[in-house]
Amino acid sequence: MNVTRGFTGRPRAENAGLPPGQYDAGDDWPVLSAEVTPELTPAEWSFRVDGLVAEPRTWTWEEAHRLPASAYEGDIHCVTSWSKFGVRFGGVSLDAFLSVVRPHVSATHAVAYSHTGYTTNLPLADLTGGRAWIAWEYDGEPLAAEHGGPARLLVPHLYFWKSAKWIAGLRILDHDEPGFWEQNGYHARGNPWEEQRYSGD
Amino acid sequence: MTEALGRTPASEAFTPPTRFAVPGRIPVSDRVASVWQTATITEIRRETPHAATFRLAVPAWAGHLPGQHLMLRLTAEDGYVAQRHYSIASAPDDSGHIELTLDHVEGGEVSGWFHTTAQPGDTVEVRGPLSGFFAWPGDRPALLIGAGSGVVPLMSMVRHHRARGLDVPLRLLVSARTPEELIYAREYGAETTPVFTRSAPEGVPVGRMAAAHVAPLLAQRPPGGWEAYVCGSNGFAEHASRLLVAAGQPVDRIRIERFG
Repeated sequence: MNVTRGFTGRPRAENAGLPPGQYDAGDDWPVLSAEVTPELTPAEWSFRVDGLVAEPRTWTWEEAHRLPASAYEGDIHCVTSWSKFGVRFGGVSLDAFLSVVRPHVSATHAVAYSHTGYTTNLPLADLTGGRAWIAWEYDGEPLAAEHGGPARLLVPHLYFWKSAKWIAGLRILDHDEPGFWEQNGYHARGNPWEEQRYSGD
Repeated sequence: MTEALGRTPASEAFTPPTRFAVPGRIPVSDRVASVWQTATITEIRRETPHAATFRLAVPAWAGHLPGQHLMLRLTAEDGYVAQRHYSIASAPDDSGHIELTLDHVEGGEVSGWFHTTAQPGDTVEVRGPLSGFFAWPGDRPALLIGAGSGVVPLMSMVRHHRARGLDVPLRLLVSARTPEELIYAREYGAETTPVFTRSAPEGVPVGRMAAAHVAPLLAQRPPGGWEAYVCGSNGFAEHASRLLVAAGQPVDRIRIERFG
């Protein structure tokens, strides 16, 4: 351990929900997208799941909203080291979309892509079992454009760069394919509890 | 009939229907991104009442490109660790040193330590350089727009441009509240236009960065066009990127680094 002379840091908060190396951002919700925030209306938004699936399918805003509503209440963690506690997102569980397209038994991974062209890769196991959503509400209000509205992917148990803003689709694959940040040195999976920030962590 | 039959072979990488606005520019070494190195503060220079530059000796520094950042961590005696991303201010060179310019953030545990406790001889830990997407290797004409300490990675580009005597066009628009708060004020040359939002020197207008600042630069569009780099708070980045789009800069030629 390399102790920094004279460094004490913030008062220690007993917070079992805080992954290693993270701090509580409180009411702040930093925006870190690398591209220009798109002006995308709900009417222009669509969400497609294809690749290794029985029935590839595209949902419009209206069609996606006819699926059973599902909410996430909990915490989110950004690789830049802030965490945000007790957030509330509303949308639809990704399981509802996947049960329609039916991934092939050989499917292992997915690339999520945005209407801007942003990409991020995830193991299929991280997108199923009630752990991932297409979210369009935050705190009961429509999700703001700078936070990925009209709709974003939400995978709150991984670092938040995996939760692609302005989600456009998932390509289901039988192999892992690095997305934008993953090609720029970031970790393939991004589990905050194992501090998988960078490739090699 | 299913699309599974016509699936993409594993050898062909998936390409999204929309090309990503800011494709990565340079590969980042997994090794340097994952190794913590000891950095020794060798010099502290005040830039403004709220910002100072910290020169660090990092003997095994692998080198960086202008625009890249690093992760820095401080460790308390009880093992508590705080880590933050900071842009590198210095141009790449072979001095075995790098420089960071840090704002004194109110209540900031890391920047607070740097501004109130740090002295030459103190050591911290760094890993990097990280992230290639905001890097500028000096190849394409660069239009740089920053506010506050958002100018830091852009200054690395300006310094690199000068140190190498590059011919490729480079322009910097930098916003500060007042002349006293303009970081690197004495270093700017003809490539830079400062914009002051609260008070300005005699004869210089006061006001937010506007279309009138951006339009002349887009009018002088060099062959091949500008690669635009925007850095600052999210509010500033949203404002500046909208100005660029409105002035005709292609969305896929705008790279944005936001504080956070």
